[in-house]
Amino acid sequence: MTPTAVVLGLAYLVAAVLFILCLRGLSGPQTARRGLVLGEVGMLIAVVATLLHREIVTYEWIAVGLLVGSTIGIAISATIPMTKMPERIALSHSFGGLATGLVGVAEYMREGESLPMFKLAALGFETFLGLLTFTGSIMAFGKLQGFISGAPITWKGQNVANIGLFFASLAAIGIVVVHPEARVVFFLIAAVGLALGVTAVLPIGGADMPVVISLLNSYAGLAACATGFALSSQILIISGALDGSSGLLLSMLMSKAMNRSFANVLFGAFGTALEPGAAGAPQLAKAYNEATVEDAGAVLKASQSVIFVPGYGMAVSQAQHAVRDLATALERRGVDVKYAIHPVAGRMPGHMNVLLAEANVPYDKLFDLDDINDDFARTDAVVVVGANDVVNPAAKKDPASPIYGMPVFNVEQSRSVLVLKRSMNPGFSGVENELFFAPNTMMVLGDAKKTLLAMLGELKEGAH
Amino acid sequence: MSGEWLFNLYVFVLATFVGYQVISRVPALLHTPLMSGTNAISGISLVASLIAAGSHHRLSQLLGCVAVTCATINVVGGFLITDRMLRMFRRKPDPAVKGKLEGGKG
Repeated sequence: MTPTAVVLGLAYLVAAVLFILCLRGLSGPQTARRGLVLGEVGMLIAVVATLLHREIVTYEWIAVGLLVGSTIGIAISATIPMTKMPERIALSHSFGGLATGLVGVAEYMREGESLPMFKLAALGFETFLGLLTFTGSIMAFGKLQGFISGAPITWKGQNVANIGLFFASLAAIGIVVVHPEARVVFFLIAAVGLALGVTAVLPIGGADMPVVISLLNSYAGLAACATGFALSSQILIISGALDGSSGLLLSMLMSKAMNRSFANVLFGAFGTALEPGAAGAPQLAKAYNEATVEDAGAVLKASQSVIFVPGYGMAVSQAQHAVRDLATALERRGVDVKYAIHPVAGRMPGHMNVLLAEANVPYDKLFDLDDINDDFARTDAVVVVGANDVVNPAAKKDPASPIYGMPVFNVEQSRSVLVLKRSMNPGFSGVENELFFAPNTMMVLGDAKKTLLAMLGELKEGAH
Repeated sequence: MSGEWLFNLYVFVLATFVGYQVISRVPALLHTPLMSGTNAISGISLVASLIAAGSHHRLSQLLGCVAVTCATINVVGGFLITDRMLRMFRRKPDPAVKGKLEGGKG
């Protein structure tokens, strides 16, 4: 081992330890920022050390990439609104996937034919997973951003075709391992990866995005691991494994919070079971209590305890600041205010927490499902801000419901429920929500932010 | 070296185990910063991209340059945005913002 190689190896070891400490810092909000600095130092050490690598002979392309990448990275992170965080994460998974995929192709073109079998297999997986993550994340981004329909896009035989594509790529990797000179087959692996990313994510509905984003996160990690095996780089293996296990753990938590298996999310095409107008589709003729903001304000004035339940609708209408303003006004009146956060509320894990933190809501007022569910029965008023499935009592009572078994908030047990919703339209999940028709529920229809601000006005009027 | 892959497999399995242990302690509150932070860390593929971009091979340089750009976006953007998010998590309302609100009322 040359002295440089030793320095490089030790630098990577330090970086790996710093990465683990960085993630450990995230076990609490007080230690998280300090932890993040350790991660940044680790990354700096790893990058600077790599520039000493003996295989690096020219620096001009590196300089271009670092400069352009840093500029774009700084620009995105400085300007993106917190409501767009799921889109940002999806996009960055696609960048990560593309980077690993391209490195795989480059490595194969450079020395593919002289590599041992095990490294060739790793290279194949790296390219396949990287490019799959790339196109899959672009699809997820499109669905979140709305230029691809958020509804599941399905076609006949899609599951069979997708599984077929997966096995085709395994076979192609097998062929390349035995015949490293078969370049066409290697490019076939890349093509199948690109195609499968598209066809595997299109059938998954927008509301399932928390699971999809977490899974893509873990694929990106696995692709980085495969790169590590191909280059025999332990820092890549360790970092990829950290990323992969984080994605896997999050997708398991998200699936559990929807009471669905991975297989069901990936192959179930949730939301297509109910054709509009078919039997069992929502019947809008049912009676519900539509309330004005004056009525809603009167309910809040008469309440001693209020729980807010935010959902994706809060992000869509950017209502987090209005929620906080209303909550602050209530607290000034001596009302006990809490927030109930469901693990799958929004479009990515922790989405609601970040938005409320942005609106300056202290985090000890945010409660998980298990910590708050018994409180609803003792609460005067619940304000549901753009949440739907997570407050649907059918999940507890109706075995025929597609969301049966999903853990939900017991909002219907509180004295009155104010549901802020754009319209009575059930949305693309098409699941009817009997909460909206319950006698103690008042539907306040309209844009959530405007409604909240109008309710705030009502509350302030009463103060005089 | 025939034992190399076995050694790397050890590293992979142990790192996955450590990752699982550490990450299962992250509260739901911080799941978005977790995702964006691990995203920045997985930008470590930058290391491999640097080697591709700095090699002799012409095509490898080109692909490597694109890869370096993508990975750098994730590293730089990922750390910055995670920090931006973490700065917002507070136990007490921010006095600056609160003062502004009360000032507006009076």
